[in-house]
Amino acid sequence: MGLESYLNGEGFFTTRVNDLLKWSRTNSLWPMPMATSCCGIELMSFAGPRFDVARFGSEVFRMSPRQSDLMIVAGTITYKMAKVVRKIYDQMPEPKWVIAMGACASSGGMFRSYSVVQGIDQFVPVDVFVSGCPPRPDSVIKALLDIQAKLKKEPISKYY
Amino acid sequence: MKELLINKLKEKFQDFIEEIIDYSNELTFVISKNKILDVCYFLKNNEDLKFDYLVDICGVDRFKKENRFEVVYNIWSEKLKYRIRLRVKVDEKDLQLDSVTSIWKSADWYERETYDMFGIVFLNHPDLRRIYMPEEFEYFPLRKDFPLIGIPDSLPLPRRN
Repeated sequence: MGLESYLNGEGFFTTRVNDLLKWSRTNSLWPMPMATSCCGIELMSFAGPRFDVARFGSEVFRMSPRQSDLMIVAGTITYKMAKVVRKIYDQMPEPKWVIAMGACASSGGMFRSYSVVQGIDQFVPVDVFVSGCPPRPDSVIKALLDIQAKLKKEPISKYY
Repeated sequence: MKELLINKLKEKFQDFIEEIIDYSNELTFVISKNKILDVCYFLKNNEDLKFDYLVDICGVDRFKKENRFEVVYNIWSEKLKYRIRLRVKVDEKDLQLDSVTSIWKSADWYERETYDMFGIVFLNHPDLRRIYMPEEFEYFPLRKDFPLIGIPDSLPLPRRN
């Protein structure tokens, strides 16, 4: 009777375009590892088999900013490096997100010094800050899940 | 070893050695500023000494009225297997000093570092630019009167927008 009998056994499902796009986007965030110091080692562990970020669809670490949409800033950012980070951020296609991983990237950390930027939010917009020196990979996974939750809340029309 | 070194240097530069410090079994010579190039040349090229390896050059800020800065040369002789230090006092009013790049090529970056951090100018240096800090930076961060956290807005950041 009607549509159901017509599609019987064909394996269809119905959804909204918005939800479909959000679902695909949240589960395919490609990170750009902006690793400058020891947090970078934890970031490798985050991507490796033990913590296995592939479960959340972010295993494809892109070394090219053109192909990534999530920048993970892992490590101390000096004033000289700030220009480079900003340049890489600007090269990433919209929409894009930023995780400030660890104390140094979030606030300068233990380097309360003339050469270290006291928090990367001074020159790039940061979505999630991760505490720790360095943070455990679990915390970075939590940050990734926070980004995904944020993505699910935002209407897709915001970007198009 | 110590006697040999002291005698050799005294014989040639009697009037230009301001002080000889023997502390913790290490020798330090305080040399007059205008003679540093000659002393270095002698130490490097004398057949009995052959101080052929310049380990490091660094600056010190004593924060005094007179002779505020010091430049320390750390040199090693492969022939004698012996290490000495040379120190030169530099006054704040006259921050110029001969470069030793003509004697040890490795002095290039060390002198750039000393210039970057203390503002001591090395004459006849082939390429005296800042090495750590950005070129447009106006201060010398390792001076005692420079605040640890830096001077606000002295280092430009990209705009956040």
